[in-house]
Amino acid sequence: MFTVASLFVLATMVLALLRAVRGPTVYDRIVAVNVFGTMTVLLLVLIGFLTDRPEFEDIALLYVLINFVAIIAVLKFELYSSLAGPRAASAEGATEKARDEAADGAGVDGR
Amino acid sequence: MPAAAPGGRTDAAMEQIIDIVLLAFMVVVAIAMIRLRNLYAVVMLSGIYSLLSASMFVVLDAVDVAFTEAAVGAGIATVLMLGTLALTFREERPPKRRTPLLPLAVVVVTGAALVYGTLDMPHYGDPEAPIHQHVAPRYIADSPLEVGPPNMVTSVLASYRGYDTLGETTVIFTAGIAVLVLLSGVTRRRQRRRPARGDESREARR
Repeated sequence: MFTVASLFVLATMVLALLRAVRGPTVYDRIVAVNVFGTMTVLLLVLIGFLTDRPEFEDIALLYVLINFVAIIAVLKFELYSSLAGPRAASAEGATEKARDEAADGAGVDGR
Repeated sequence: MPAAAPGGRTDAAMEQIIDIVLLAFMVVVAIAMIRLRNLYAVVMLSGIYSLLSASMFVVLDAVDVAFTEAAVGAGIATVLMLGTLALTFREERPPKRRTPLLPLAVVVVTGAALVYGTLDMPHYGDPEAPIHQHVAPRYIADSPLEVGPPNMVTSVLASYRGYDTLGETTVIFTAGIAVLVLLSGVTRRRQRRRPARGDESREARR
């Protein structure tokens, strides 16, 4: 059962990798990295059960957290072109992207 | 696990398959990172690469190294790279036409020397290897009494090699401060963009 599950996870990893390499947009790549991270977590858990050492799930949990925070950081950077957030972006005269978002009425907060 | 007896062989085979596929992924990602000119994609792929190497470390039982690789490689390094991207272009300039024979020769010779060097090394997991004969038995025997924590890696890092770890921490702390100063002091500058040159740059902005 774990064998079949691992095979499917590996197949999904191939697809995510393909999307990360091919692109074409930034968001394709971000989602691909996110999916790849999730699949890594699943694979770690499966490896733990394949080798009869399910303690490795702790590491998998850590990976989930890191993956989440990293994707948030990437998206924030993509939106504001700065990791400091909306305030710093507006202080420098608002980057083009943040302005576009604000014009659409979709600006997030702190503006 | 009750089904382990009949499934043991397929499990072992599956582990091998996972190893091979993970290594193949790493090769593919590395080649893609070299070939791609869109630096944003390269940063994303480097995150994937360090996730893959962290999985390899787990497969090799180096769980603490895997922790570090996941936190530093996939987490902080990606964010720092993105901060750097704000200061530079999003596209890599195509290299000047030159035959890369000399670098290729250097790389091939170095790689061959390294592979030759591994021929002398003991096999993976060999209990007779020198690294398992030197101080490891003493740590295993005495560290629960001398230091205390059940995890011997912690005892070695925090007690037996305490000064070593202190030095490493100092180096990493200094490096972290330097990177933060570099990235935060200059980030206020507007992001420069090169004139649109076909699809690539428009695609990168989207």
